[in-house]
Amino acid sequence: MFQRLLLLPILVATLFTACSDPKAPTAAQLPIMGERDVHPRADGGPADTVFATVPAFRLTNQAGQVITNKTFAGRAYLADFFFATCPGICPKMQGELLKVYAKYAKDPRIVFLSHTIDPAHDSIPVLKDYAQRLGIADANRWHFATTGAHGEPTAKDTVFQLARAYFTAALPDKQAPGGFAHNGTFALVDDRGHIRGLYDSLNPKEVDRLFAELPILLAEIDTRKPGVAGR
Amino acid sequence: MPYRHLFTGFLLILLLPGCFSNNRHQGEKLYAQHCSGCHGDQGQGLARLIPPLAGSDYLVKHRAELPCLLRNGQNEPIVVNGVTYHNVMPGNKTMSTAQLTNLLNYVENHWGNKAAPRTILEVQTKLDSCRVP
Repeated sequence: MFQRLLLLPILVATLFTACSDPKAPTAAQLPIMGERDVHPRADGGPADTVFATVPAFRLTNQAGQVITNKTFAGRAYLADFFFATCPGICPKMQGELLKVYAKYAKDPRIVFLSHTIDPAHDSIPVLKDYAQRLGIADANRWHFATTGAHGEPTAKDTVFQLARAYFTAALPDKQAPGGFAHNGTFALVDDRGHIRGLYDSLNPKEVDRLFAELPILLAEIDTRKPGVAGR
Repeated sequence: MPYRHLFTGFLLILLLPGCFSNNRHQGEKLYAQHCSGCHGDQGQGLARLIPPLAGSDYLVKHRAELPCLLRNGQNEPIVVNGVTYHNVMPGNKTMSTAQLTNLLNYVENHWGNKAAPRTILEVQTKLDSCRVP
């Protein structure tokens, strides 16, 4: 009888942890999105797992500067896809990203990258005007970038391909407002080019999740920089 | 004979849902569906990209033009509260005059805005005189 009484609280405690465990994302690291390759080692040792990274890109931002993957090496960035004349979801989406930016504007561990999916219209001056109207003075903190700075005929295809790599659907659609259909995904990329989180900017809960998960990634990046831990 | 009262009562109950028309708060619903993405949940706009509707002097100064603005959209620079905005606003060709009226009355009487309520007839008259874009 006494034993039974003792067992009960233990049982309850076990059940409690079982309930709360999966809901505690803070302790864990963020997942790495995308396909992973397993490479068997020639010497028969344990196989290497190679995680997907954002493919190589070369863009030009609103200040006319060329930006590539290297521009973002060693720090996190948040990426999305928009176009300046978008009357659909873009203002809402960019408004949400602006909230994240407002909180991290001075944090050198993270920068922002918005790709235009309408390179034919969104020239460098258009992007510059857009950035200024949004209140972004420093192009190095929030890049508004195009694949078609020099009128490349493949600019549109390039950016759509890039959007797919960031798990964002973007394609021309005559029915959609403004002529392009796309969704408002924010992709959180780590210091090594792995995508670590995808968030639907149109869903307030998803934006809350982004605010909760971003510090987890920044803390992880800090551990890789022993000399400058904490900043 | 008492059955007849029962029948009438039953009929009335059947008709009752008709009293609760879906058009209540139609303006608010239309705003959420068609406008809030750009102009914001509270009509706040977005930086210098999208003009605000809350406390907007444009609504007062250009009251007569608003039905046509909603119907046909616009792509010209406009000045709201002293700030120049230049973005595309799509028009809406499918909303009925009644819907446009409800939407305008909602926008013009929320977030601190105050204006005389519009009638459907008034909005229709304005729509009839829109310049065809």
